Amino acid sequence: MPERRITVESEVGLHARPAALFVEAASKAEGNVTVAKGGGAPVSAKSILAVMGLDVRNGDEIVISADGDGAEELLDTLAGIANA
Amino acid sequence: MADKLSGVGVSTGVGYGPALRLTRAVPEPPADARHDGDADAEARRAFAAAEEVARDLTDRGERAGGEAREVLAAQALMARDPALADDIKRRIGEGAAAARAVSDAMAVYREMLAGAGDYLSGRVADLDDVRDRIVARLLGVPVPGIPQSTSPFVLVAEDLAPADTAMLDPERVLAFVTREGGPTSHTAILARSLGLPAVVACAGADQITDGTMLLVDGASGDVLSGPDPTQAEAARAAAAARAAAAAESTGPGRTRDGHTVPLLANIGGPQDLPAALENGAEGVGLYRTEFLFLDRADAPGHEEQVAAYRAVLEAFPGGKVVVRTLDSGADKPLAFLPPAAAEPNPALGERGLRMMRRHPEMLKSQLAALAEAQRDTDADLWVMAPMVTDVDDAAWFAAAAGEAGIEHAGIMIEVPAAALRARHLAEAADFFSIGTNDLTQYTCAADREVGGLGRFQDPWQPAVLELVAAAAKAAAAAERSCGVCGEAAADPVLACVLTGLGVTTLSMGATALPLVRAALARTTLAQCREAAQGALAARGNEDAKRIARQALPGLAELGL
Repeated sequence: MPERRITVESEVGLHARPAALFVEAASKAEGNVTVAKGGGAPVSAKSILAVMGLDVRNGDEIVISADGDGAEELLDTLAGIANA
Repeated sequence: MADKLSGVGVSTGVGYGPALRLTRAVPEPPADARHDGDADAEARRAFAAAEEVARDLTDRGERAGGEAREVLAAQALMARDPALADDIKRRIGEGAAAARAVSDAMAVYREMLAGAGDYLSGRVADLDDVRDRIVARLLGVPVPGIPQSTSPFVLVAEDLAPADTAMLDPERVLAFVTREGGPTSHTAILARSLGLPAVVACAGADQITDGTMLLVDGASGDVLSGPDPTQAEAARAAAAARAAAAAESTGPGRTRDGHTVPLLANIGGPQDLPAALENGAEGVGLYRTEFLFLDRADAPGHEEQVAAYRAVLEAFPGGKVVVRTLDSGADKPLAFLPPAAAEPNPALGERGLRMMRRHPEMLKSQLAALAEAQRDTDADLWVMAPMVTDVDDAAWFAAAAGEAGIEHAGIMIEVPAAALRARHLAEAADFFSIGTNDLTQYTCAADREVGGLGRFQDPWQPAVLELVAAAAKAAAAAERSCGVCGEAAADPVLACVLTGLGVTTLSMGATALPLVRAALARTTLAQCREAAQGALAARGNEDAKRIARQALPGLAELGL
C-alpha cells in the first residue's frame, strides 16, 4: 500500500481547519486511507474523531497510507494539507 | 439582599436584565434501552438522525459564515464520522436502542478528547452538542438551543457551543454567564467579538432560575442576582458612560496639562496587532515571545523567528516595540529546554533570564533574529530580559544584546531585589519595564495562581507601590525610561498613580487603552503626583485606592 512519511508543518498540527480538510479529502477516496502518528497504530483518515484523537501537533511525524486508484495523488493532497 | 456569584470576566461591560437559561437538557436515554429486534431498521434510524443533524449544522454554518462556518463544518464531520457509525451499528447489533447506542459511542470519543491537550478538551463541548442534537431527534424531544424571547435577556448556560450562538441575535442578548469555560472558550471569543459583557467559570450559575434579574460585570467577573434596581441601573449607566468616554478618547497618551505618557500594547504575537492598532496603541510595550517556543519539539529556526518579529515591527513604523526575550521555566516548560531538576516552587526557580544563562545559545539565536528583523524596518526596537535579579544579571544580558547588535537592551523589574537596587542596575540597563504581576507576587510572597490570597495579589499594596517608586526614581536619576507592563497599568486609577510615581510609559492589553487614555486626559500631572503620595502613605491596599481616587476628581466623569 503506497504511503508517505512526513513531518507536519501546519502551525496548528492536524487540528481545527487542517483536520477537517484532511478528513474531507480522505473521505472522497473509494479505498482505505489511514494515518498513524510516529510508530503508533494507524486509524481511519476518514474519521474526524480518530484523526483529532491522534493529537498530531506541529513537528510530529505521521505516516499516511492509501490504496486503490489515485492513491499517489491522494497522498500528495493529504501531505499538502498537513503541511499548509 | 442581592446574591453575588463570582466568575472570570472575559469581555468587559455591564449588562442588566432577566436571566434566560439555555436548555441543553436532553434526557439521557435509559441505560438498558433496547430496540424491538430489527437491528437494521434501528441503525437506519440512527444514521438518518445523524445525517439530518449534519445537514442542519452545515446550513447554520453557511448562514453564519466566518469562523462559525468552519467550526460547524467540523461538527458536521463528527456527525458523519464513519468510525463512530461503525461503533453505533455494532451497539445496535447487540440490541441497544439507537439513542443509547449513539450516546455510548460518543462517550468513548468524549473521554479521549477530554484527556488530551488543552486544544482538544475545548472540542468536547462541540462533540456533546452533536450528541445532544442526534439524541434529541431520536427521542423526539426539542433540539437544544438559544431560548426564544421577544425582549432582551442575560443568557445563562453551562457552556455555549458554536451551533447555539451562530444564529444568536446580538440585539436580544445583554450579557453571557456560563458555569464552565475560560478566557479562550468559545463563549469568551464570541462575547468579545460582539462587544457583549461575559463572565465564565461562574460557580453557582447552574442555580440561576429563568427570570431572575442579573447584573453582570464583565470586567470584575461579578454576577449579582436580584440587585436593587436603582443601583443596577446606575451601574449600567456608569459603564455605558465609561465606554462612551473611552471610545471618544484618541491620540497619544497625555495628562490634561500635556505631560506625555506613551500608551503601548501588550501582545502575544502578530495575531494581537489588529486590536492594538484599533485601540490606538502608540507602540508595543511588551511582546511576549513564548508563543513561538511553546508546544513544539524543537526550537524555532532563525527565519521563522525573524518573520514573527518583523511582522510586529512593521506594524508600528517609527514606533517603539519592546520585546521580552523568552520567559520559560518550570511553570512554562519547553520540550527542548528541560529544567535542570524538579522544582518544588517554580516561581522561585530557574525561569526567565536564569534559564537563558543556562542555555546562552538559545538567547543568542533569539537576539540575532531580533537584530536582523529590525534591519529592514523603521521601528524602534527595544529588547528586555525577564527575571533579572542583580547587577550581574543585568550586565550579562546587556553584553549578550550588545554583541548581537541590539541598540536598546533593558531589563524587567519583577524581583524586589532588582527594584531595591535599581540605582545600580540602571548602570547596566538602558531602560526598565516593571512587571507588576510578578513584582506583586514576590513582594507579598503570594502565589499568583492561588485563590484566597486576593488581598496580597493586589498591586495597590503600598509596599508594591514603594518598589515601583524606587525603580522609577532610580531610572529618572540615570535618565532612563521606566515603563509598567503589568495588569496594574490597565487600571485607569492606578495608571494615574503610576504616572505620579514617575513611570514614563504604560503598556496593557489593548482593550484597556481607551479608558486609561481617557483617565489621563482628565487629570493633571500634579494631581497624579498627589494621588501617588497619598497612596504611598496609606496603610493598606483599600486605603491606597480610596485616597488616590480622592486626589483625582476628574475621574468622576468616567464613573470610576
